[in-house]
Amino acid sequence: MIEVKNLVKTFKDGPVETRVLKGIDLSVKDGEFVAIMGRSGAGKSTLLYQISLLDEPTSGRIHINGKETHEMSEHEKMLFRLAEFGYVFQDYALLPELTALENVALPLYMQGASRAAADEKAAAALTRVGLGLRLGNLPSQLSGGEQQRVSISRAIAHTPDVLFADEPTANLDKESSATVMDIFKELHKGGQTIIMVTHEDEFAAFAERIVKLDDGKVISDSRL
Amino acid sequence: MFPLLNIRVGFYLALRQLRRASLWTTGLIVFVMLLTFLNLVVVTGILVGLIEGINESYRTQYTGDVIVSALSTKDYIEDTSGVIAFLKTLPHVSQMTERYQTGGTIEANYLTRTDLTEKPNATGAQVIGINPEAENAFTGLAEHIIEGEYLAESDYDHILIGNFLLAKYAFGEQPGLTPLTDVGPGTKVRLTINGATREVIVKGVVKSKIGELGMSVFLPATELRTLMGRFDQNVAQIAIRLTPGSDPVAFKQLLLRSGIGEKAKVQTFEDSIPNGVADIKTTFAMLGNGFSSIGLVVAAITIFIVIFINAITRRKFIGILKGIGISGEAIEISYIFQSLFYAVIGSAIGLAVLYGVLVPLVAAHPIDFPFSDGILVAPPFDTGVRIVLLVLTTVIAGYLPSRMIVRKNTLDSILGRN
Repeated sequence: MIEVKNLVKTFKDGPVETRVLKGIDLSVKDGEFVAIMGRSGAGKSTLLYQISLLDEPTSGRIHINGKETHEMSEHEKMLFRLAEFGYVFQDYALLPELTALENVALPLYMQGASRAAADEKAAAALTRVGLGLRLGNLPSQLSGGEQQRVSISRAIAHTPDVLFADEPTANLDKESSATVMDIFKELHKGGQTIIMVTHEDEFAAFAERIVKLDDGKVISDSRL
Repeated sequence: MFPLLNIRVGFYLALRQLRRASLWTTGLIVFVMLLTFLNLVVVTGILVGLIEGINESYRTQYTGDVIVSALSTKDYIEDTSGVIAFLKTLPHVSQMTERYQTGGTIEANYLTRTDLTEKPNATGAQVIGINPEAENAFTGLAEHIIEGEYLAESDYDHILIGNFLLAKYAFGEQPGLTPLTDVGPGTKVRLTINGATREVIVKGVVKSKIGELGMSVFLPATELRTLMGRFDQNVAQIAIRLTPGSDPVAFKQLLLRSGIGEKAKVQTFEDSIPNGVADIKTTFAMLGNGFSSIGLVVAAITIFIVIFINAITRRKFIGILKGIGISGEAIEISYIFQSLFYAVIGSAIGLAVLYGVLVPLVAAHPIDFPFSDGILVAPPFDTGVRIVLLVLTTVIAGYLPSRMIVRKNTLDSILGRN
């Protein structure tokens, strides 16, 4: 359960202050698939970064499973991101010198899993997204769609509480985008909480709930 | 997060980064580390080795490990036979040679000299009486003959002459020293000692960078004693070679405790070397350390720049690592491991080059300095200390830039924002 209360994010560039989020209230229940939509500059990615603890809000409160994130140390946030969250970035964000298997196994390894256990779990996650035969490939040897599937595998291999996806289909062709969204659909069916930022209605339709932002505020929150 | 886990993940990341890094880049960094290592060890090693060469030459060609010589108030060692008898009882002594010594002059071309107002072709010299066979066995003097032949015990009127006494081998003009001209093997010269003169023939020329040999005249001890009018057996010097592993300082102390110090001066080979040489050695060692320190700073800056550029260009990936929950410490440790790799590989290759090539090469072909045969001094302990210094410096130089980048805001790093 994620609860956001009166979230404000302001960016400062010298004397210029830009308020990107202007008091967002939002709550996401376990197992929900929420799409955050809005036009460019509406603040959707900024909201995702605050909720996913990648950034620090200027003010407001975020509670995750009842825990006040504002009070967390950097170390606690890091542990939270490692164990409870999964991330899928727009540009895949894979480490170029690690193979697909290693990219997926790394966070598991960081959680204390043995090499063998991490590799086994990573291989299973990659197989689940149809990349069982590309385990030893470097990101540079994979297509964009395949890289994004590796990224999803990395995000789900440790069975996180919440999967955050920031424009996961933005750099993909239609076919690859559909594959990625099918995977999300499958994950959601399995009870995975997903919060996805997108500006495409076609992909937002995969979610069960759409939160629309404009000018840093929630302008609509609807269930499909 | 547990430190051990950070180390494991750091190693995991470092290994993969190194394995998939450009071979050229890795090779270049390792090459820089190799050069730094050699700079650290070889520069000091040669500077110290230059002086060590003098020490070694003194030890092998002149003093042995310990030398017993006449007190400054005497021309000879009192009760020489008693001293020698005592020395022969000591198990540490493996070899000895005794020398008589006095001052004298040598004059050449006296037969062809027509103008008596002209300065004679003469020079002062230290005259050393030796047992040719024992001396050669001890110092290998015969190997230093560059012209003519070595002395035989039966040589009645033959001498060896040191190279610095001959104009063609001397170091140019030196105040107070007038080397002889037109003198070589077969030349007749007049040797004058304590007013007694004998005409002798130069049998050979001794070449040595040690002043005590290069500025001396050698003849059989029996002949010198005759010239000196001495009938006793008291010699001026006893050079002693010790059995391997014996400590010259401890042996010197033993002799002093036995009372020999009252009859003679007892010195280790290092004591007998002029003070100036020891001072030069200290100065050169300081200079070497100074150069090494500069090398160390250069290495640190090089690694800092390399790691900084690496970390800056990988800032986005560092951000991603942090974003997905990899601890900053693990990322920093990965850079420490990389720096460690460069330093250790560079040092390992450096060690192989040093002890596999340079040390044996310089030992076989010493560097020909005017006053010594320079060797490369690289004691394993000192080399080890320098390796530790290099590794530590490199690790710190690698850690600092990675820490700077890791400490940046995670999201800013991921998005490439400043």
